[in-house]
Amino acid sequence: MTVIDGSFQDVGAAPLVDERAGFAAELRTVGMVWERELIRFVRTRTRILSSFIQPILFLFVLGYGMSTLVGTTGGFDFKKFVFPGIVAMTVVTTAIFSAISIVWDREFGFLREMLVAPVSRGALVAGKTLGGATVATVQGTIMLALAPLIGVHLTVPLVVEVVGLELLMAVALTTFGVFVASRIQRIEGFQVVMQLVLFPMLFLSGALFPLKGLPAWLAVITRVNPLTYAVDPLRHVVFAAQHMPPAAAARFSTGVDLFGTALPLWGEIGIVAGFAVVFLGLAIAGFGRTE
Amino acid sequence: MLTVAPESGAGCQEGAIRHWSRAAIVGTLDVDMSTSVPMPLGGDPPGASSGPRVVHAAGSGTSGARAGTSAVAVGVAAAVEVESLSKHYGEVEAVKAVSFSVLTGEVFAFLGPNGAGKSTTIKMLCTLARPTAGRASVAGFDVERQPKAVRRHIGLVFQDQTLDDQLTAEENLRFHAVLYGVSHEQVAERIDRVLRLVALQDRRADLVSTFSGGMARRLEIARGMLHTPAVLFLDEPTVGLDPQTRALMWDDVLRMRDEEGVTIFLTTHYMDEAENADRIAIIDYGSIVALDTPDALKRQVGSDTVELVTADDAAAGARLASAGFQVSSGGDGLVVFAENGESQVARLVETAGVAVRNVHVHRPTLDDVFLHYTGRQIRETPADRSVGRSMRARMARRR
Ligand SMILES: Nc1ncnc2c1ncn2[C@@H]1O[C@H](COP(=O)(O)OP(=O)(O)OP(=O)(O)O)[C@@H](O)[C@H]1O
Ligand SMILES: [Mg+2]
Repeated sequence: MTVIDGSFQDVGAAPLVDERAGFAAELRTVGMVWERELIRFVRTRTRILSSFIQPILFLFVLGYGMSTLVGTTGGFDFKKFVFPGIVAMTVVTTAIFSAISIVWDREFGFLREMLVAPVSRGALVAGKTLGGATVATVQGTIMLALAPLIGVHLTVPLVVEVVGLELLMAVALTTFGVFVASRIQRIEGFQVVMQLVLFPMLFLSGALFPLKGLPAWLAVITRVNPLTYAVDPLRHVVFAAQHMPPAAAARFSTGVDLFGTALPLWGEIGIVAGFAVVFLGLAIAGFGRTE
Repeated sequence: MLTVAPESGAGCQEGAIRHWSRAAIVGTLDVDMSTSVPMPLGGDPPGASSGPRVVHAAGSGTSGARAGTSAVAVGVAAAVEVESLSKHYGEVEAVKAVSFSVLTGEVFAFLGPNGAGKSTTIKMLCTLARPTAGRASVAGFDVERQPKAVRRHIGLVFQDQTLDDQLTAEENLRFHAVLYGVSHEQVAERIDRVLRLVALQDRRADLVSTFSGGMARRLEIARGMLHTPAVLFLDEPTVGLDPQTRALMWDDVLRMRDEEGVTIFLTTHYMDEAENADRIAIIDYGSIVALDTPDALKRQVGSDTVELVTADDAAAGARLASAGFQVSSGGDGLVVFAENGESQVARLVETAGVAVRNVHVHRPTLDDVFLHYTGRQIRETPADRSVGRSMRARMARRR
């Protein structure tokens, strides 16, 4: 109901004494917004549970179901193949869910409390992003507990690598989610986003199937999907830590070919980081414009 | 122009600000009803030095600094100054060139029916909407040129709730404290203090989702006070609350003004509530049609009337008239027009000289005032509340 003229908030104020408290104050704001995300996450146990149910269902139903069909190559089966994809799926879903909570914040008015405060939108978006990303990374990492059940071998360095990649993926997806949320006016819009954006992105990312030997149209779609470049590095580091016979490595391949050449790992990570930066900018620009 | 006669030496006393603003208000009583209310000239208000926030405004009060730009006289810190402020939404002129000033430490009410432009005015003062024309300053900062500074020095309670109900009362307050830059060392102390101000200290660790509507509202008011704002804006703070809660909330508001010296600007469409304010601006179709103290407004509408039913109305009427009273005969009895009707009753009865069966003193109410200035009545009807709510819901959906 309060219409905030977006442009008006940007009117450059003449410098004032307390205006320069600056960076430390912004940092405190980021920390506080982050903390709120964590408090809310810990408090909504149903949300924690429900965000595990879907990936676990996928892992077992799809994993075991397909394993009988696909068969085992050198001790490697579809369950093991799909496991990193499922971890990525958990991270992505949780990140988007966290970011989209802005729609609820708007509905229940709390967004306005944040927007009228004398802090920058950048600090609010950064806090929200880091909060959502932390939650998503925690969820994804908890999923690793299922690794022994699947027969995926975990080492400390592997877990560290996985957590790092999860964090990058989570930040990228949360900024994307914040951007989308700033365009959504109503809670109903959220369902649409899930159906039209999140699920297609997840299914066409290589999380659930190898990217080699796809029909041309599907290959193009997966290469355009930024999630592809987030999922593949995760699978790559997990597989690198397994004892994979060459036959299995050929069958359940990792790596993304782009214009006929295999993209290096850092290239994929760079794409995801670039995606995060672009959407961080868009999220900051869009945040608050909507009220 | 009148001058204020501040109670001497009241400077350090509790409630000094209140006394001072009352005095100032009385001082302006006879000034005409133009929308810009001249401020009393000269003399530092005793309250001005006791409030922590006057600091900002005081700088702007230096003699002559602004002499050309506003009606506000030197030496008096105005918390809010508004000059010919307008806001147009396309064809709709939501606010039409309003001018007024709010004194530091004053409780100032905007009274008007739905759609009068109350929220729009507040939004402009809080830098949430850009004025189409005119200028305004809050706590000494220009709303257009220094929006961030304005926002740092104001507390704001919106018409709709803006708490996070999945956080506890304390967490909501802590969030606010950080965003408004309350220093680390002060956060706990301020939270304690504002919770005590609204008597919610026992509920500090409870989730806001367990709060009643009234408690949530009071928590919001406490939150608005957390960063010791110079001016607290309350947009229809009591809409949808039951009478007891409304009374409690008013206690909170007045206590905050007295203890923290904050200036309070609120909007309402409840007449009885506006009575609590030091001054009232009646706004209708975007224009201020009257602005004064509640008493003065009522006096402008007419004097008190005393209705007398006597054993012999004709005889009593003649005697009263010859004693200099203005008398007319009403339905069944006499109607005497008298300033301060209540204090005149004894004299009237004595002068009448016949047995008096019944006396009724009628004071003009704000309803009469509103009717007088707008030709309409704003009444709270039972439907009032549900209409307000469904309208809010509709607006919420629109945004
Ligand atoms: N964002 C907007 N766009 C267009 N018109 C608006 C907007 N905001 C307010 N108005 C119009 O401006 C006028 C004043 O509205 P405002 O909200 O200030 O009234 P109000 O006095 O606060 O009323 P209420 O008691 O219902 O809250 C109304 O005619 C309203 O329709
Ligand atoms: Mg309003």
